[in-house]
Amino acid sequence: MSALVPSDGAATLDGEAPATLEVSGVTVSVSGREVLRDVSFRLAPGQLTALIGSNGAGKTTLFRVILGLQAPTAGTILVDGHPRARRNPMIGYVPQRVFLDPDMPLRARDVVSLGLDGHRLGLGLRRHADQRRRVEEMLGAVDALRFADSRVGNLSGGEQQRVLIAHALVSRPRLLILDEPLANLDLRAEREVVDLLGRITRDQGISVLISAHDMNPLLPVMHRLVYLARGRAATGTVEEVVRPEVLSDLYGQHVDVLRVHDRILVVAGADERLPAGLRHAGSAAGAAPHTERWEP
Amino acid sequence: MGAVSAIFAAGFFQNGSVHAALLAGAVAALVTGAVGTFTVLRGQSFAGHATGEVAATGGSAAMLGGLNPLWGYLGIAVIVAGAIEALGVQRPRARDLATGLVLGAGLGIAGLLLYLDTTGTSTSGAAVTVLFGSLFAVTRSALPGMVALGGVSLALVVLTYRLQLLTALSPDLAAARGVPVRLVSLAYLLSLAVAVSLAAETVGAVLATALLIGPPATALRLTKRPGLAVLGSGLIGVAAAWAGTVLAYDSYYWPPAGRSWPPSFLIVAVVFGLYLGSGAVQRVRGRRRAPLAPGAVPAATA
Repeated sequence: MSALVPSDGAATLDGEAPATLEVSGVTVSVSGREVLRDVSFRLAPGQLTALIGSNGAGKTTLFRVILGLQAPTAGTILVDGHPRARRNPMIGYVPQRVFLDPDMPLRARDVVSLGLDGHRLGLGLRRHADQRRRVEEMLGAVDALRFADSRVGNLSGGEQQRVLIAHALVSRPRLLILDEPLANLDLRAEREVVDLLGRITRDQGISVLISAHDMNPLLPVMHRLVYLARGRAATGTVEEVVRPEVLSDLYGQHVDVLRVHDRILVVAGADERLPAGLRHAGSAAGAAPHTERWEP
Repeated sequence: MGAVSAIFAAGFFQNGSVHAALLAGAVAALVTGAVGTFTVLRGQSFAGHATGEVAATGGSAAMLGGLNPLWGYLGIAVIVAGAIEALGVQRPRARDLATGLVLGAGLGIAGLLLYLDTTGTSTSGAAVTVLFGSLFAVTRSALPGMVALGGVSLALVVLTYRLQLLTALSPDLAAARGVPVRLVSLAYLLSLAVAVSLAAETVGAVLATALLIGPPATALRLTKRPGLAVLGSGLIGVAAAWAGTVLAYDSYYWPPAGRSWPPSFLIVAVVFGLYLGSGAVQRVRGRRRAPLAPGAVPAATA
């Protein structure tokens, strides 16, 4: 890996708190193709980290490895300093695209309760008072009390996302990971979810890792980012990572970083400055930098 | 007393076949309704329907061998359920194709076996019995087996209830929580196999779908609580089975006089009627609640 690509060493972690998640040298090969190559980063408590990359950059694979649903070809994952167990109560997870049918007989409250005991056998008819209190508390924390007794399938996309976040948080994890939580949300819902995630990170003192293809909505709340392209990762603050030299090296193709008002656009630039062999490497891998969505 | 005798024709409560029919219908409907709730939740109505219909192959084979068709239904349904799990087809389109192919092949074999049943032996009503059921012909000797099977199926539902809900919500989410998703699916498919076998024994292999999908669809319209949906679906099924049995007994006095209407038809008719009725209830409730929640939550029903 090039020296240009910043990666987290122990020295770069802010403060003395132990990492809630430590990913070191993770490589994943699927039938001979490297989906992730030597990815390393650490997450500190109370920090919100964005995992940015276009479709096919390896975001979902990285999440599957962190969740223990897929074994890395090389590298290690430590959660709170311990090797990750298959069912890790330390990790709360909000998957991408949960299809909630309006017919489903599940209230928002039931979905949050399943976050506490959905992995247990039996009917769970006798919930303790403190369990019920915990569910109420979480519904309140994500501002979902108003629709707690509505069917989840009838809620709006943003409301469903908040319920799923409460589901993930109710068991008091140390790390919350969300796979594209902003996809398919309108601007207002997007703003609500982003504000909520910022608040949760601050109030609960947990690490939050959010994948997204566009970093802009997350800029106001994120502390650091992991930028994935072609299976490789650059890690650090926005100022450290989102620079033309770092991202060009990551993509293997010249990219420009434009700042328009408070938005950052990463665009494929003219690539005369790179040797011919590198010019089309990025697009050949199907992971060329894309023009960020522009919304007035 | 007048009202009672107007509903229950003479001899209803003394008739042995009626007792057997009431018990068999209740067990089958209760189990099928409860299990069917998860079939609907998983969006696998077609696979559930196919399991029931392909079970006709086993039922007709069992009759050819002089056995109670129940054991034939069960054998085939378990095999089909196992095959669905072994194939593990996650993509809905591919799953529909595979299900359709198995369904076609299975019914083809059933057609052959039923032909042999009706031509080779004295059981001339075999085709009707296997495909459309004959509740009043359920023998007393089959009842203990039916009750035991129903108990096993319900036990699976109770044991894996929360796991099934979480898996239906999102298999990814369940897997991340350490839920053995494939094992949970297998438990569901086993309870489904038992449920459709019981339903096939009472209303026939073809009409098993009606008991599997109708009561849950009705219950899902009436409640938004998962536990109530499962329980309600089972009870709606039982109500339909009993109402159908009573009507079938009474129908001896309906035109054309002297011949009873088939209970399977009447049960399915009640199931469908209840479903239509639940739609009306849903609309009335929706209208009553709509003004209370302006704009924000679209039609928070039930």
